[in-house]
Amino acid sequence: MVRNLFIIFILAGVASMFAALALGYSDPVALGSAASHYVSKGLAELNGVNIVTSVVVTYRGLDTLGEVTVLFLTASILSFFLKNRSHETKSESSELLTTASKVIFPFIFMTGLYIVMNGHLTPGGGFQGGAVVASALLLLILADNKTDGSPTLFTVLESVSGIFYVGTGVAGLILAGGFLDATVLGAGITGRLLSAGAIPLISTLIGLKVGSELSTMLVKLKNASEV
Amino acid sequence: MELVILIVLSLVVISAVFAVIVKTLTSAVIASGAVGLFASVMYIIYDAPDVALTEAAIGSGLMTVVFFLILSRMRRDENG
Repeated sequence: MVRNLFIIFILAGVASMFAALALGYSDPVALGSAASHYVSKGLAELNGVNIVTSVVVTYRGLDTLGEVTVLFLTASILSFFLKNRSHETKSESSELLTTASKVIFPFIFMTGLYIVMNGHLTPGGGFQGGAVVASALLLLILADNKTDGSPTLFTVLESVSGIFYVGTGVAGLILAGGFLDATVLGAGITGRLLSAGAIPLISTLIGLKVGSELSTMLVKLKNASEV
Repeated sequence: MELVILIVLSLVVISAVFAVIVKTLTSAVIASGAVGLFASVMYIIYDAPDVALTEAAIGSGLMTVVFFLILSRMRRDENG
């Protein structure tokens, strides 16, 4: 009885907090000062057609670095706690999965690369594309039970792209306006693949990092024997 | 347009409720994947394709598979 009362009390507290939020909400009628700067000056400053990616990669690049770091931490913790299962218990995957994955893999993989490379032109970017690439690799991991997913390759790829990502950020700090400022490279011609300064480069590095981190996690989870 | 938004949003809610009330864990995982899928449709309707891509790839793709991997591990442990 006391416990139930306690639960009701907590629920009522949460409800009152949300009620205050919901009642105080009104549709925004104008852009905030930062948002209006992104919309009006974003194209001129960075030459990226997709302003969302410009914001994610450059204006709020530090946030994205934080997200990638959280992902890296998760992957490291998983690697630390999960041990690899010994090889003798592994069975063959079903033929359906093996055959289908061979057909579908190239398409998903290339879509992922496209999303990574064209982040400054079309919706997408490093994080989204990296996740799509990881899901393509996941198909291969699931289809081939014998492989242990070459963890060394993923680790090296992850570390190298991480170093270059932070290195690009520091280069922006020294040569341009601030950390992760994409104007360190030339603006290029609007709408071209190699334009918008360092955004395609940073996007590609984020894509590599996210893709290899997610793949490492999935391989670890699949091959885990004991916690 | 309002009607479409209403339908997709109620599909999100319905799949979320399904994920809680279904009997087997497998159905629950699939229902929670459907939540992510409908949510990503929602983001597309609201002109946020960047977020929709992330939600579709991670929320409904990778998360579902991670849950299934863990479920298969739990079964293996139960069987000895």
